[in-house]
Amino acid sequence: MKEIDYAVPKSVSETVSLLAEKGNQARCLAGGTDLLVQLRGGRRSVELVVDIKEVPEANHLSYDPQKGLEIGSAVPCYRIYQDEAIANAYPGLIDAAAMIGGIQIQGRASLGGNLCNAAPSADGIPPLIVLESTCVIAGPNGTREMPVEDFCTAPGRNAMQDNEFLVSLRIPSPKQRQGANYLRFIPRNEMDIAVAGVGSSVVLSADKNSIESARISLASVAPTPLFVKEAGDALAGKAITEEAIEAAAQAAMAAAKPITDMRGTIRQRRHLVGVLTRRTLQGAIERAKEA
Amino acid sequence: MPGKVHVQSNINGEDTDFLCEPRQSLLEVLRDVLSLTGTKEGCNDGNCGACTVIMDGRIVDSCCVLGVEAQGKQLTTIEGIASADGLHPIQQAFLENASLQCGICTPGFIVAVKALLDREPKPTEQRVRHWLAGNLCRCTGYDKIVRAVLDASEKIQASPR
Ligand SMILES: Cc1cc2nc3c(=O)[nH]c(=O)nc-3n(C[C@H](O)[C@H](O)[C@H](O)COP(=O)(O)OP(=O)(O)OC[C@H]3O[C@@H](n4cnc5c(N)ncnc54)[C@H](O)[C@@H]3O)c2cc1C
Ligand code: FES
Ligand code: FES
Repeated sequence: MKEIDYAVPKSVSETVSLLAEKGNQARCLAGGTDLLVQLRGGRRSVELVVDIKEVPEANHLSYDPQKGLEIGSAVPCYRIYQDEAIANAYPGLIDAAAMIGGIQIQGRASLGGNLCNAAPSADGIPPLIVLESTCVIAGPNGTREMPVEDFCTAPGRNAMQDNEFLVSLRIPSPKQRQGANYLRFIPRNEMDIAVAGVGSSVVLSADKNSIESARISLASVAPTPLFVKEAGDALAGKAITEEAIEAAAQAAMAAAKPITDMRGTIRQRRHLVGVLTRRTLQGAIERAKEA
Repeated sequence: MPGKVHVQSNINGEDTDFLCEPRQSLLEVLRDVLSLTGTKEGCNDGNCGACTVIMDGRIVDSCCVLGVEAQGKQLTTIEGIASADGLHPIQQAFLENASLQCGICTPGFIVAVKALLDREPKPTEQRVRHWLAGNLCRCTGYDKIVRAVLDASEKIQASPR
Protein backbone atom coordinates (compact mmCIF):
# COMPACT_ATOMS: atom_id res chain seq x y z
CA MET A 1 0.00 0.00 0.00
CA LYS A 2 1.18 3.53 -0.81
CA GLU A 3 1.88 5.90 2.06
CA ILE A 4 -1.20 7.38 3.64
CA ASP A 5 -2.06 9.78 6.42
CA TYR A 6 -4.58 8.73 9.03
CA ALA A 7 -7.00 10.88 10.98
CA VAL A 8 -9.58 10.00 13.65
CA PRO A 9 -12.04 12.90 13.85
CA LYS A 10 -14.30 13.04 16.88
CA SER A 11 -17.24 14.91 15.37
CA VAL A 12 -19.27 15.29 12.19
CA SER A 13 -17.96 18.82 11.61
CA GLU A 14 -14.34 17.79 12.09
CA THR A 15 -14.88 14.99 9.55
CA VAL A 16 -16.40 17.38 7.01
CA SER A 17 -13.48 19.83 7.36
CA LEU A 18 -10.94 17.06 6.85
CA LEU A 19 -12.78 15.88 3.73
CA ALA A 20 -13.17 19.44 2.41
CA GLU A 21 -9.45 20.10 2.87
CA LYS A 22 -8.32 17.01 0.93
CA GLY A 23 -11.01 16.77 -1.75
CA ASN A 24 -10.87 13.49 -3.65
CA GLN A 25 -7.61 12.61 -1.91
CA ALA A 26 -9.47 11.68 1.28
CA ARG A 27 -11.64 8.61 1.90
CA CYS A 28 -13.68 7.58 4.91
CA LEU A 29 -12.79 4.36 6.71
CA ALA A 30 -15.55 2.38 8.41
CA GLY A 31 -14.79 -1.36 8.67
CA GLY A 32 -12.16 -1.21 5.94
CA THR A 33 -13.22 -4.53 4.39
CA ASP A 34 -13.62 -2.85 1.00
CA LEU A 35 -11.37 0.18 1.38
CA LEU A 36 -8.20 -1.48 2.68
CA VAL A 37 -8.39 -4.23 0.07
CA GLN A 38 -8.87 -1.59 -2.67
CA LEU A 39 -5.99 0.56 -1.43
CA ARG A 40 -3.66 -2.41 -1.17
CA GLY A 41 -4.64 -3.68 -4.60
CA GLY A 42 -3.99 -0.25 -6.12
CA ARG A 43 -7.62 0.08 -7.22
CA ARG A 44 -7.89 3.26 -5.18
CA SER A 45 -5.24 5.69 -4.09
CA VAL A 46 -5.71 8.39 -1.48
CA GLU A 47 -3.55 10.63 0.70
CA LEU A 48 -5.74 10.62 3.77
CA VAL A 49 -7.82 7.92 5.40
CA VAL A 50 -10.45 9.39 7.71
CA ASP A 51 -11.49 6.83 10.33
CA ILE A 52 -15.09 7.72 11.24
CA LYS A 53 -15.53 5.15 14.00
CA GLU A 54 -15.05 7.72 16.76
CA VAL A 55 -17.67 10.08 15.37
CA PRO A 56 -20.52 9.41 17.85
CA GLU A 57 -23.30 9.67 15.24
CA ALA A 58 -21.53 7.17 12.95
CA ASN A 59 -21.16 4.69 15.80
CA HIS A 60 -24.67 5.02 17.16
CA LEU A 61 -27.33 2.30 16.89
CA SER A 62 -30.81 2.83 18.24
CA TYR A 63 -34.26 1.38 17.71
CA ASP A 64 -37.49 2.86 18.91
CA PRO A 65 -40.77 1.18 17.83
CA GLN A 66 -42.27 4.65 17.24
CA LYS A 67 -39.32 6.39 15.57
CA GLY A 68 -37.74 3.47 13.79
CA LEU A 69 -34.13 2.38 13.42
CA GLU A 70 -31.08 4.62 13.15
CA ILE A 71 -27.86 2.86 12.16
CA GLY A 72 -24.63 4.84 12.37
CA SER A 73 -22.76 4.51 9.10
CA ALA A 74 -19.81 2.70 10.71
CA VAL A 75 -21.77 0.27 12.92
CA PRO A 76 -20.53 -3.24 12.11
CA CYS A 77 -23.02 -5.90 10.99
CA TYR A 78 -22.69 -8.02 14.13
CA ARG A 79 -23.99 -5.20 16.33
CA ILE A 80 -27.12 -5.06 14.19
CA TYR A 81 -27.93 -8.78 14.18
CA GLN A 82 -26.87 -9.26 17.79
CA ASP A 83 -29.52 -6.78 19.00
CA GLU A 84 -32.63 -8.83 19.70
CA ALA A 85 -35.15 -6.01 19.35
CA ILE A 86 -33.69 -5.00 15.98
CA ALA A 87 -33.46 -8.59 14.78
CA ASN A 88 -37.14 -9.13 15.65
CA ALA A 89 -38.32 -5.90 14.05
CA TYR A 90 -36.26 -6.09 10.83
CA PRO A 91 -35.62 -9.74 9.88
CA GLY A 92 -35.32 -8.73 6.22
CA LEU A 93 -32.38 -6.48 7.06
CA ILE A 94 -30.78 -9.15 9.21
CA ASP A 95 -30.89 -11.53 6.21
CA ALA A 96 -28.21 -9.30 4.66
CA ALA A 97 -26.29 -8.24 7.79
CA ALA A 98 -25.71 -11.89 8.70
CA MET A 99 -24.79 -12.80 5.11
CA ILE A 100 -22.03 -10.28 4.32
CA GLY A 101 -18.67 -12.11 4.43
CA GLY A 102 -17.98 -14.48 7.32
CA ILE A 103 -17.87 -13.84 11.06
CA GLN A 104 -14.53 -11.99 10.79
CA ILE A 105 -15.86 -9.63 8.11
CA GLN A 106 -19.10 -9.07 10.06
CA GLY A 107 -17.01 -7.97 13.02
CA ARG A 108 -15.96 -4.91 11.00
CA ALA A 109 -18.11 -4.47 7.88
CA SER A 110 -20.84 -1.82 8.11
CA LEU A 111 -24.02 -1.35 6.09
CA GLY A 112 -22.90 2.25 5.58
CA GLY A 113 -19.67 1.05 3.96
CA ASN A 114 -21.61 -1.50 1.93
CA LEU A 115 -23.81 1.30 0.61
CA CYS A 116 -21.06 3.90 0.02
CA ASN A 117 -18.96 1.34 -1.83
CA ALA A 118 -21.91 1.11 -4.22
CA ALA A 119 -21.12 -2.32 -5.64
CA PRO A 120 -23.93 -3.64 -7.87
CA SER A 121 -23.67 -6.87 -5.86
CA ALA A 122 -23.88 -5.28 -2.39
CA ASP A 123 -26.17 -7.46 -0.30
CA GLY A 124 -27.08 -4.73 2.17
CA ILE A 125 -28.61 -2.35 -0.36
CA PRO A 126 -31.78 -4.14 -1.61
CA PRO A 127 -33.11 -4.69 1.93
CA LEU A 128 -32.44 -1.02 2.77
CA ILE A 129 -34.30 0.02 -0.38
CA VAL A 130 -37.36 -2.16 0.19
CA LEU A 131 -37.58 -0.95 3.81
CA GLU A 132 -37.75 2.68 2.53
CA SER A 133 -34.50 3.68 4.24
CA THR A 134 -32.92 7.10 3.87
CA CYS A 135 -29.30 8.22 3.97
CA VAL A 136 -28.33 11.05 6.33
CA ILE A 137 -25.48 12.87 4.58
CA ALA A 138 -23.35 15.59 6.20
CA GLY A 139 -21.49 18.30 4.31
CA PRO A 140 -20.26 21.86 4.75
CA ASN A 141 -23.85 23.19 4.68
CA GLY A 142 -25.25 20.80 7.27
CA THR A 143 -27.07 17.55 6.67
CA ARG A 144 -29.45 16.36 3.96
CA GLU A 145 -31.47 13.19 3.53
CA MET A 146 -31.85 11.05 0.45
CA PRO A 147 -33.75 7.81 -0.23
CA VAL A 148 -31.31 4.88 -0.50
CA GLU A 149 -32.66 4.00 -3.96
CA ASP A 150 -31.32 7.33 -5.30
CA PHE A 151 -27.87 6.99 -3.73
CA CYS A 152 -25.89 4.68 -6.03
CA THR A 153 -25.15 6.24 -9.41
CA ALA A 154 -22.72 3.80 -11.10
CA PRO A 155 -20.51 0.89 -10.02
CA GLY A 156 -18.46 2.23 -7.09
CA ARG A 157 -20.04 5.69 -7.34
CA ASN A 158 -22.60 7.42 -5.18
CA ALA A 159 -24.47 10.70 -5.04
CA MET A 160 -22.23 12.35 -2.42
CA GLN A 161 -19.75 15.17 -3.10
CA ASP A 162 -16.11 14.76 -2.04
CA ASN A 163 -16.73 16.96 1.00
CA GLU A 164 -19.74 14.97 2.19
CA PHE A 165 -20.02 11.72 4.10
CA LEU A 166 -22.72 9.32 5.21
CA VAL A 167 -23.56 9.83 8.87
CA SER A 168 -26.29 7.25 9.31
CA LEU A 169 -29.13 5.27 7.81
CA ARG A 170 -32.73 5.78 8.92
CA ILE A 171 -35.25 2.99 8.58
CA PRO A 172 -38.90 3.67 9.37
CA SER A 173 -40.68 1.60 12.04
CA PRO A 174 -42.08 -1.63 10.67
CA LYS A 175 -45.69 -1.18 9.60
CA GLN A 176 -48.41 -3.47 10.87
CA ARG A 177 -48.44 -6.72 8.90
CA GLN A 178 -45.20 -5.87 7.09
CA GLY A 179 -42.60 -8.48 6.24
CA ALA A 180 -39.36 -8.45 4.24
CA ASN A 181 -36.85 -10.97 2.97
CA TYR A 182 -33.51 -10.89 1.11
CA LEU A 183 -31.98 -13.84 -0.73
CA ARG A 184 -29.06 -14.15 -3.10
CA PHE A 185 -27.73 -16.92 -5.29
CA ILE A 186 -24.10 -17.95 -4.86
CA PRO A 187 -22.45 -21.21 -5.86
CA ARG A 188 -21.18 -21.80 -2.28
CA ASN A 189 -22.97 -21.69 1.06
CA GLU A 190 -21.08 -18.65 2.40
CA MET A 191 -18.45 -16.10 1.48
CA ASP A 192 -19.14 -15.30 -2.14
CA ILE A 193 -20.38 -12.46 -4.32
CA ALA A 194 -24.02 -12.58 -5.38
CA VAL A 195 -24.68 -13.83 -8.92
CA ALA A 196 -28.08 -12.24 -8.34
CA GLY A 197 -29.91 -11.02 -5.24
CA VAL A 198 -33.48 -9.95 -4.55
CA GLY A 199 -35.05 -8.10 -1.63
CA SER A 200 -38.82 -7.96 -1.18
CA SER A 201 -41.09 -6.26 1.30
CA VAL A 202 -44.88 -6.53 1.57
CA VAL A 203 -47.60 -4.97 3.70
CA LEU A 204 -50.70 -7.17 3.99
CA SER A 205 -54.33 -6.13 4.34
CA ALA A 206 -56.05 -6.45 7.74
CA ASP A 207 -57.45 -9.90 6.87
CA LYS A 208 -53.98 -10.93 5.61
CA ASN A 209 -55.46 -12.30 2.37
CA SER A 210 -54.22 -9.60 0.06
CA ILE A 211 -51.26 -7.31 -0.44
CA GLU A 212 -51.66 -3.60 0.29
CA SER A 213 -48.26 -2.59 -1.03
CA ALA A 214 -44.94 -4.17 -1.97
CA ARG A 215 -41.40 -3.12 -2.84
CA ILE A 216 -38.82 -5.16 -4.73
CA SER A 217 -35.13 -4.44 -5.28
CA LEU A 218 -32.44 -6.35 -7.17
CA ALA A 219 -28.68 -6.84 -6.76
CA SER A 220 -26.02 -7.86 -9.29
CA VAL A 221 -28.19 -7.48 -12.37
CA ALA A 222 -27.48 -3.84 -13.32
CA PRO A 223 -24.70 -1.24 -12.88
CA THR A 224 -26.33 -0.26 -9.57
CA PRO A 225 -28.71 -1.96 -7.17
CA LEU A 226 -32.16 -1.57 -8.76
CA PHE A 227 -35.43 -0.49 -7.21
CA VAL A 228 -38.16 -2.01 -9.40
CA LYS A 229 -41.20 0.06 -8.53
CA GLU A 230 -43.43 -1.56 -11.16
CA ALA A 231 -42.80 -5.04 -9.76
CA GLY A 232 -44.06 -4.00 -6.32
CA ASP A 233 -46.92 -1.99 -7.78
CA ALA A 234 -48.07 -5.08 -9.70
CA LEU A 235 -48.98 -6.58 -6.33
CA ALA A 236 -50.79 -3.60 -4.78
CA GLY A 237 -54.39 -4.44 -3.94
CA LYS A 238 -54.03 -8.01 -5.23
CA ALA A 239 -55.08 -11.18 -3.41
CA ILE A 240 -52.13 -13.40 -2.46
CA THR A 241 -52.12 -15.82 -5.37
CA GLU A 242 -49.49 -17.54 -7.46
CA GLU A 243 -50.56 -15.47 -10.46
CA ALA A 244 -50.01 -12.19 -8.61
CA ILE A 245 -46.56 -13.28 -7.44
CA GLU A 246 -45.71 -14.45 -10.96
CA ALA A 247 -46.69 -11.07 -12.40
CA ALA A 248 -44.28 -9.35 -9.98
CA ALA A 249 -41.53 -11.85 -10.84
CA GLN A 250 -42.03 -11.16 -14.56
CA ALA A 251 -41.83 -7.40 -13.96
CA ALA A 252 -38.60 -7.84 -11.97
CA MET A 253 -37.10 -10.02 -14.72
CA ALA A 254 -38.04 -7.43 -17.32
CA ALA A 255 -36.37 -4.64 -15.31
CA ALA A 256 -33.09 -6.55 -14.78
CA LYS A 257 -30.24 -5.49 -17.08
CA PRO A 258 -27.68 -8.16 -16.33
CA ILE A 259 -24.35 -8.77 -18.02
CA THR A 260 -22.46 -11.98 -18.64
CA ASP A 261 -19.25 -12.31 -16.64
CA MET A 262 -17.27 -15.01 -14.86
CA ARG A 263 -19.95 -15.33 -12.19
CA GLY A 264 -22.94 -15.87 -14.45
CA THR A 265 -24.64 -15.29 -17.78
CA ILE A 266 -27.40 -12.88 -18.72
CA ARG A 267 -29.83 -15.76 -19.09
CA GLN A 268 -28.97 -17.36 -15.76
CA ARG A 269 -29.17 -14.04 -13.95
CA ARG A 270 -32.54 -13.16 -15.40
CA HIS A 271 -33.84 -16.60 -14.47
CA LEU A 272 -32.47 -16.17 -10.94
CA VAL A 273 -34.26 -12.84 -10.57
CA GLY A 274 -37.54 -14.65 -11.27
CA VAL A 275 -36.83 -17.47 -8.82
CA LEU A 276 -35.57 -15.17 -6.06
CA THR A 277 -38.42 -12.69 -6.49
CA ARG A 278 -40.95 -15.49 -6.01
CA ARG A 279 -39.08 -16.89 -3.02
CA THR A 280 -38.48 -13.58 -1.27
CA LEU A 281 -42.09 -12.54 -1.79
CA GLN A 282 -43.23 -15.80 -0.22
CA GLY A 283 -40.72 -15.30 2.61
CA ALA A 284 -41.88 -11.71 3.12
CA ILE A 285 -45.55 -12.76 3.13
CA GLU A 286 -44.85 -15.47 5.74
CA ARG A 287 -43.09 -12.92 7.94
CA ALA A 288 -45.87 -10.38 7.44
CA LYS A 289 -48.45 -12.94 8.58
CA GLU A 290 -46.49 -13.46 11.80
CA ALA A 291 -45.76 -9.77 12.34
CA MET B 1 5.49 12.67 4.30
CA PRO B 2 3.47 10.71 6.83
CA GLY B 3 5.58 9.72 9.82
CA LYS B 4 5.26 6.82 12.17
CA VAL B 5 2.45 6.81 14.67
CA HIS B 6 2.74 5.77 18.29
CA VAL B 7 0.06 3.18 19.16
CA GLN B 8 -0.79 1.71 22.53
CA SER B 9 -2.77 -1.49 22.80
CA ASN B 10 -3.06 -4.50 25.02
CA ILE B 11 -1.83 -7.63 23.28
CA ASN B 12 -2.29 -11.02 24.94
CA GLY B 13 -2.74 -9.35 28.31
CA GLU B 14 0.30 -7.09 28.09
CA ASP B 15 0.21 -3.35 27.52
CA THR B 16 2.18 -2.89 24.32
CA ASP B 17 3.46 0.28 22.65
CA PHE B 18 4.58 0.28 19.07
CA LEU B 19 5.42 2.61 16.20
CA CYS B 20 3.89 1.97 12.81
CA GLU B 21 3.17 3.65 9.51
CA PRO B 22 -0.52 4.37 8.89
CA ARG B 23 -0.44 2.20 5.76
CA GLN B 24 0.68 -0.91 7.65
CA SER B 25 -1.98 -3.50 8.35
CA LEU B 26 -2.36 -4.91 11.83
CA LEU B 27 -1.10 -8.19 10.36
CA GLU B 28 2.12 -6.50 9.19
CA VAL B 29 2.52 -4.81 12.56
CA LEU B 30 2.09 -8.07 14.45
CA ARG B 31 4.54 -9.96 12.27
CA ASP B 32 7.10 -7.37 11.18
CA VAL B 33 7.10 -4.86 14.03
CA LEU B 34 6.25 -7.01 17.05
CA SER B 35 7.69 -10.32 15.79
CA LEU B 36 4.46 -12.12 16.67
CA THR B 37 4.78 -14.37 13.64
CA GLY B 38 2.22 -16.94 14.78
CA THR B 39 -0.47 -14.97 12.95
CA LYS B 40 -0.22 -16.00 9.28
CA GLU B 41 -0.77 -14.28 5.98
CA GLY B 42 -2.71 -16.25 3.39
CA CYS B 43 -4.59 -14.05 0.94
CA ASN B 44 -4.05 -10.56 2.41
CA ASP B 45 -7.57 -9.59 1.30
CA GLY B 46 -10.01 -10.87 3.90
CA ASN B 47 -10.91 -14.19 2.32
CA CYS B 48 -8.89 -16.88 4.10
CA GLY B 49 -8.93 -16.10 7.83
CA ALA B 50 -5.28 -17.18 8.36
CA CYS B 51 -4.66 -13.77 9.95
CA THR B 52 -7.58 -13.99 12.42
CA VAL B 53 -7.09 -12.25 15.78
CA ILE B 54 -9.53 -11.29 18.51
CA MET B 55 -10.02 -7.52 18.83
CA ASP B 56 -12.16 -6.33 21.72
CA GLY B 57 -13.86 -9.71 21.89
CA ARG B 58 -14.64 -10.09 18.17
CA ILE B 59 -12.66 -12.02 15.58
CA VAL B 60 -11.35 -9.91 12.71
CA ASP B 61 -9.01 -10.49 9.77
CA SER B 62 -5.91 -8.56 10.83
CA CYS B 63 -5.00 -8.00 7.16
CA CYS B 64 -8.16 -5.87 6.89
CA VAL B 65 -7.37 -3.69 9.93
CA LEU B 66 -4.81 -0.89 10.02
CA GLY B 67 -2.19 -1.13 12.74
CA VAL B 68 -3.13 2.39 13.86
CA GLU B 69 -6.70 1.20 14.45
CA ALA B 70 -5.39 -0.98 17.30
CA GLN B 71 -5.04 2.13 19.45
CA GLY B 72 -6.71 1.41 22.81
CA LYS B 73 -7.80 -2.05 21.71
CA GLN B 74 -7.52 -5.40 23.46
CA LEU B 75 -6.00 -8.02 21.15
CA THR B 76 -5.53 -11.76 21.43
CA THR B 77 -3.31 -13.53 18.93
CA ILE B 78 -2.39 -17.21 18.66
CA GLU B 79 0.54 -16.49 21.01
CA GLY B 80 -1.98 -15.68 23.74
CA ILE B 81 -3.97 -18.92 23.57
CA ALA B 82 -1.74 -21.42 25.42
CA SER B 83 -1.08 -20.85 29.11
CA ALA B 84 2.08 -21.38 31.14
CA ASP B 85 0.76 -24.85 32.06
CA GLY B 86 0.62 -25.99 28.46
CA LEU B 87 -1.54 -26.04 25.39
CA HIS B 88 -5.13 -24.85 25.41
CA PRO B 89 -7.67 -27.71 25.07
CA ILE B 90 -8.48 -26.43 21.56
CA GLN B 91 -4.83 -26.75 20.55
CA GLN B 92 -4.66 -30.20 22.18
CA ALA B 93 -7.78 -31.29 20.30
CA PHE B 94 -6.31 -30.11 16.96
CA LEU B 95 -3.24 -32.28 17.63
CA GLU B 96 -5.22 -35.32 18.76
CA ASN B 97 -7.60 -35.15 15.79
CA ALA B 98 -4.80 -34.55 13.26
CA SER B 99 -6.59 -31.35 12.23
CA LEU B 100 -3.61 -29.80 10.46
CA GLN B 101 -1.27 -30.68 7.67
CA CYS B 102 0.77 -27.72 6.42
CA GLY B 103 -0.41 -25.67 9.40
CA ILE B 104 -0.71 -22.26 7.74
CA CYS B 105 -4.43 -22.02 8.45
CA THR B 106 -4.17 -23.43 11.98
CA PRO B 107 -3.49 -20.29 14.06
CA GLY B 108 -6.43 -18.54 12.41
CA PHE B 109 -8.73 -21.49 13.03
CA ILE B 110 -7.66 -21.83 16.67
CA VAL B 111 -8.17 -18.15 17.41
CA ALA B 112 -11.58 -18.22 15.70
CA VAL B 113 -12.58 -21.33 17.64
CA LYS B 114 -11.44 -19.77 20.92
CA ALA B 115 -13.77 -16.82 20.32
CA LEU B 116 -16.63 -19.19 19.47
CA LEU B 117 -16.26 -21.46 22.51
CA ASP B 118 -15.79 -18.50 24.88
CA ARG B 119 -19.19 -17.26 23.74
CA GLU B 120 -21.02 -20.51 22.92
CA PRO B 121 -19.46 -23.41 24.82
CA LYS B 122 -21.65 -26.07 23.17
CA PRO B 123 -22.09 -25.23 19.48
CA THR B 124 -23.72 -27.66 17.07
CA GLU B 125 -21.70 -29.00 14.16
CA GLN B 126 -23.64 -26.73 11.82
CA ARG B 127 -22.89 -23.71 13.97
CA VAL B 128 -19.19 -24.60 13.99
CA ARG B 129 -19.12 -24.88 10.21
CA HIS B 130 -20.97 -21.59 9.83
CA TRP B 131 -18.68 -19.79 12.31
CA LEU B 132 -15.61 -21.06 10.44
CA ALA B 133 -16.84 -20.16 6.93
CA GLY B 134 -14.31 -17.31 6.89
CA ASN B 135 -11.38 -19.67 7.55
CA LEU B 136 -10.04 -21.59 4.57
CA CYS B 137 -7.94 -24.77 4.67
CA ARG B 138 -6.44 -26.22 1.51
CA CYS B 139 -5.18 -29.41 3.16
CA THR B 140 -7.52 -31.10 5.62
CA GLY B 141 -10.96 -31.01 4.02
CA TYR B 142 -12.34 -29.44 7.23
CA ASP B 143 -13.88 -32.57 8.77
CA LYS B 144 -11.00 -33.13 11.16
CA ILE B 145 -11.05 -29.47 12.14
CA VAL B 146 -14.77 -29.60 12.92
CA ARG B 147 -14.26 -32.81 14.89
CA ALA B 148 -11.51 -31.16 16.93
CA VAL B 149 -13.77 -28.23 17.77
CA LEU B 150 -16.59 -30.49 18.97
CA ASP B 151 -14.05 -32.54 20.90
CA ALA B 152 -12.54 -29.44 22.52
CA SER B 153 -16.01 -28.20 23.40
CA GLU B 154 -16.72 -31.47 25.26
CA LYS B 155 -13.36 -31.48 27.04
CA ILE B 156 -13.75 -27.88 28.18
CA GLN B 157 -17.21 -28.72 29.57
CA ALA B 158 -15.82 -31.74 31.40
CA SER B 159 -12.99 -29.83 33.05
CA PRO B 160 -13.49 -26.09 32.89
CA ARG B 161 -10.29 -24.16 33.46
C1 LIG C 1 -13.87 -11.69 2.31
C2 LIG C 1 -14.91 -10.67 2.00
C3 LIG C 1 -16.22 -11.08 1.84
C4 LIG C 1 -17.21 -10.14 1.54
N1 LIG C 1 -18.49 -10.58 1.39
C5 LIG C 1 -19.45 -9.71 1.05
C6 LIG C 1 -20.79 -10.15 0.87
O1 LIG C 1 -21.10 -11.33 1.06
N2 LIG C 1 -21.72 -9.25 0.50
C7 LIG C 1 -21.41 -7.94 0.31
O2 LIG C 1 -22.30 -7.17 -0.01
N3 LIG C 1 -20.16 -7.48 0.50
C8 LIG C 1 -19.17 -8.34 0.86
N4 LIG C 1 -17.88 -7.89 1.03
C9 LIG C 1 -17.57 -6.48 0.82
C10 LIG C 1 -17.55 -5.63 2.10
O3 LIG C 1 -17.26 -6.42 3.23
C11 LIG C 1 -18.88 -4.93 2.34
O4 LIG C 1 -19.19 -4.10 1.24
C12 LIG C 1 -18.89 -4.11 3.64
O5 LIG C 1 -20.21 -3.89 4.03
C13 LIG C 1 -18.15 -2.78 3.54
O6 LIG C 1 -18.27 -2.12 4.77
P1 LIG C 1 -16.99 -1.50 5.53
O7 LIG C 1 -17.52 -0.89 6.78
O8 LIG C 1 -15.92 -2.50 5.68
O9 LIG C 1 -16.58 -0.38 4.48
P2 LIG C 1 -15.18 0.35 4.18
O10 LIG C 1 -14.27 -0.58 3.49
O11 LIG C 1 -14.69 1.03 5.39
O12 LIG C 1 -15.73 1.43 3.15
C14 LIG C 1 -16.25 1.08 1.88
C15 LIG C 1 -16.26 2.29 0.96
O13 LIG C 1 -17.20 3.26 1.39
C16 LIG C 1 -16.56 4.46 1.79
N5 LIG C 1 -17.20 4.82 3.05
C17 LIG C 1 -17.37 4.03 4.14
N6 LIG C 1 -18.10 4.65 5.07
C18 LIG C 1 -18.40 5.87 4.55
C19 LIG C 1 -19.16 6.97 5.04
N7 LIG C 1 -19.75 6.92 6.23
N8 LIG C 1 -19.28 8.07 4.26
C20 LIG C 1 -18.68 8.10 3.03
N9 LIG C 1 -17.96 7.09 2.52
C21 LIG C 1 -17.82 5.98 3.27
C22 LIG C 1 -15.09 4.13 1.95
O14 LIG C 1 -14.27 5.24 1.70
C23 LIG C 1 -14.92 3.04 0.92
O15 LIG C 1 -14.77 3.58 -0.36
C24 LIG C 1 -16.88 -8.79 1.38
C25 LIG C 1 -15.55 -8.38 1.56
C26 LIG C 1 -14.57 -9.30 1.87
C27 LIG C 1 -13.16 -8.84 2.07
S1 FES D 1 -4.55 -13.09 5.15
FE1 FES D 1 -6.14 -12.01 6.11
S2 FES D 1 -7.89 -13.07 5.47
FE2 FES D 1 -6.32 -14.05 4.34
S1 FES E 1 -3.49 -27.38 7.08
FE1 FES E 1 -2.74 -26.56 5.23
S2 FES E 1 -4.16 -25.00 4.83
FE2 FES E 1 -5.04 -25.97 6.52
